[in-house]
Amino acid sequence: MDLNFTPEEEAFRAEVLAFLRDKLPRRLADKVHGGRRLTREDMAEWHAILNERGWLANHWPKEYGGPGWNAVQKFIFENECALAGAPRVVPFGVNMLGPVLIKYGSDAQKRHWLPRILDGSDWWCQGYSEPGAGSDLASVKTTAVRGVDADGEHYIVNGQKTWTTLGHYANMIFCLVRTATDVRKQEGISFLLIDMKTPGVEVRPIITLDGEHEVNEVFFTDVRVPAANLVGEENKGWTYAKYLLTYERTNIAGVGFSVAAFNRLRKIAAKQRRNGRPLADDPSFAARMARVEIDLENMKTTNLRVIAAVAGGGVPGAESSMLKIRGTEIRQEISSLTRRAMGPYAQPFIEEALHDGYQGAPVGPDEAASAASQYFNNRKLSIFGGSNEIQKNIISKMILGL
Amino acid sequence: MNFQHTEDRRMIADTLNRFISEQYGFATRDRIARSAHGFSSELWNRFGELGIIGALFDEASGGFGGGGFDIAVVFESLGRGLVVEPFLDTLIVGQAIARSGNDAQRALLGGLIDGSRIVALAHGEPDSHYELARVTTRAERNGDGDGSAWRLNGAKAVVQHGEQAALFLVSARPEGADDSEAGVTLFLVPRDAPGVSVRGYPKIDGGRAAEVSFENVILGDDALLGAAGEGFATLEYAIACGVLALCSEAVGAMDVAKDYTLDYLRTRKQFGVAIGSFQALQHRMADMLLEIEQARSAVINAAAALGAERKVRERAVSAAKYSIGRIGALVAQECIQLHGGIGMTWELPLAHYAKRLVMIDHQLGDEDHHLERFVELGRE
Repeated sequence: MDLNFTPEEEAFRAEVLAFLRDKLPRRLADKVHGGRRLTREDMAEWHAILNERGWLANHWPKEYGGPGWNAVQKFIFENECALAGAPRVVPFGVNMLGPVLIKYGSDAQKRHWLPRILDGSDWWCQGYSEPGAGSDLASVKTTAVRGVDADGEHYIVNGQKTWTTLGHYANMIFCLVRTATDVRKQEGISFLLIDMKTPGVEVRPIITLDGEHEVNEVFFTDVRVPAANLVGEENKGWTYAKYLLTYERTNIAGVGFSVAAFNRLRKIAAKQRRNGRPLADDPSFAARMARVEIDLENMKTTNLRVIAAVAGGGVPGAESSMLKIRGTEIRQEISSLTRRAMGPYAQPFIEEALHDGYQGAPVGPDEAASAASQYFNNRKLSIFGGSNEIQKNIISKMILGL
Repeated sequence: MNFQHTEDRRMIADTLNRFISEQYGFATRDRIARSAHGFSSELWNRFGELGIIGALFDEASGGFGGGGFDIAVVFESLGRGLVVEPFLDTLIVGQAIARSGNDAQRALLGGLIDGSRIVALAHGEPDSHYELARVTTRAERNGDGDGSAWRLNGAKAVVQHGEQAALFLVSARPEGADDSEAGVTLFLVPRDAPGVSVRGYPKIDGGRAAEVSFENVILGDDALLGAAGEGFATLEYAIACGVLALCSEAVGAMDVAKDYTLDYLRTRKQFGVAIGSFQALQHRMADMLLEIEQARSAVINAAAALGAERKVRERAVSAAKYSIGRIGALVAQECIQLHGGIGMTWELPLAHYAKRLVMIDHQLGDEDHHLERFVELGRE
């Protein structure tokens, strides 16, 4: 039993820290720490910096351009990035599509698409959810009908996807589509790559309760997709989608994000005052903070236990569901405390202050500008990626055998 | 990073688990826990022979363990069996002696480790409510003679197995405010010293404890453990060992309670189906599982920190006891609820795990106490 990292792992951490010190632009870190909104260019910039170092696709095997890290190294890397205020890597191409292509794609697809993910030629988004298929993902209705014309074999796609994160930045979308209806609903699904510039694709924004444009609806009307864009076999898409959901979820707890957010909360609580003393010394607020700090310490160790099991050759099955539930609960609680810490100043909502180039004076404490909107935005954490209730279903089935 | 126990520790756990499953079944445990003696001397000696007690102490003290994970492994197994023998107080008193005892006092450790000498911590008082430094028991200098240097007066609350202990580790103070760390002085007081009285009673989760009072008990300087007025650090460390032990015991008990409940959900039928097929119950069970894994992590953190510098150690220990207090009560309540009416019965072993889990929160500081302490330690 030893909770310490090995000297080699500590050396790796030092290497990551040196990289972040040299290469993470201060401007980006300030925006992330301040809870201000990142632009497409901000995200692309960090993406390119990581790619230059060969650390972008850290889940990919070496032969495809990954760094060949083990689970512990990935944990250290993602943790330190979060603590340093690095922008989150947009996961759709790198972490979601990439592994599926590597496992199930044809050689031609791998040769074509993987390098384009790395160098940023393509910005991918995810076409899974539909208005009628949220947690019940297998009931997708968007259809793809196979046909042949002068230009060759193709699919004609009709339907609608929703909650498409950053779809307004994307030029490509990977979709679950229905290719058979006379079978069990899981068995008639295919995995299709669609160019969003194809006629018939339309993206409409969904503005979330915090005023942000992060997610979209994507409509498909008679969209022609070359058959070469089918991944794997027709009607096997559910297998590929599930692979994505269990693949490399050891970092799903977001320990680094929580530690960074808690450090920020600690600073705020030392500055804000209630009853003539810092909020950090207020017994009821201090107790709330201590509870979440202890939960976080416990979860960090739970996370490391899962990682150690994976490093020893195990698969993070339903354990990642536990990490997802508790990790998101903790992140939500920290943003809730950050909002509370602002007191009445949680109310003002000057949206422009969250964007680049705002020249106005802040209203209330500096952190107040984003506290409430981040709290509302973080309500998504327990809904997406398989809602926390779905995760409990998974635990009941896979671990408890109920 | 490695979350495997060493070979030696796995062997201890295997030995202990086997012994408990063969010799300490529920009927036996129930009989022992309700007995007038409060525990089984025979089984206590067998535990000693097996070397289980020795695992709680380092080699310099005559044992072969004594580290955080040694304590954790042993007590987790004890928790699985709801063992009521006096392991906890043997650990606490023994660790205090190992840390601060003179040669003559350290010579007592052999009797602790082989099970022949029963000891008890007499520290908490009727009004101290877990507060570690609140000690009102007075130790006054008494004349000049070596054999009668001190006069002890005071009362100690809920001393585990107080009736059977041959020796008490008593906290008292010759000086200082009632809640000051400075001034706390430790004594080893024989049960048969004139002026010691013991009023025993059974506990709700099995076994016995006692109110112990000291009325003009005359002690020599040889009864002092460590220097007069400087006992707090030793007491704090020994109790940290005890808290870790209780937390580990709780995790063992939680695992068994969870297994019983899971088994019940799979087999109990209502409305023609196993009740485990109901999503409302599945989600409660999933929550419980998640919390138990958090509790296990809390114990790992505390065990790993036991040898660290004081603040790191005490924060991890309080974090663990807070977590265990919260999660222990949750597991107890949920397991009873998921069992329904049968969970309310004495005949069901599960009910006794639930009682133990809740009562662990009443030993050496509850959830609220340790949360406050965690906050205070963060300020220092």
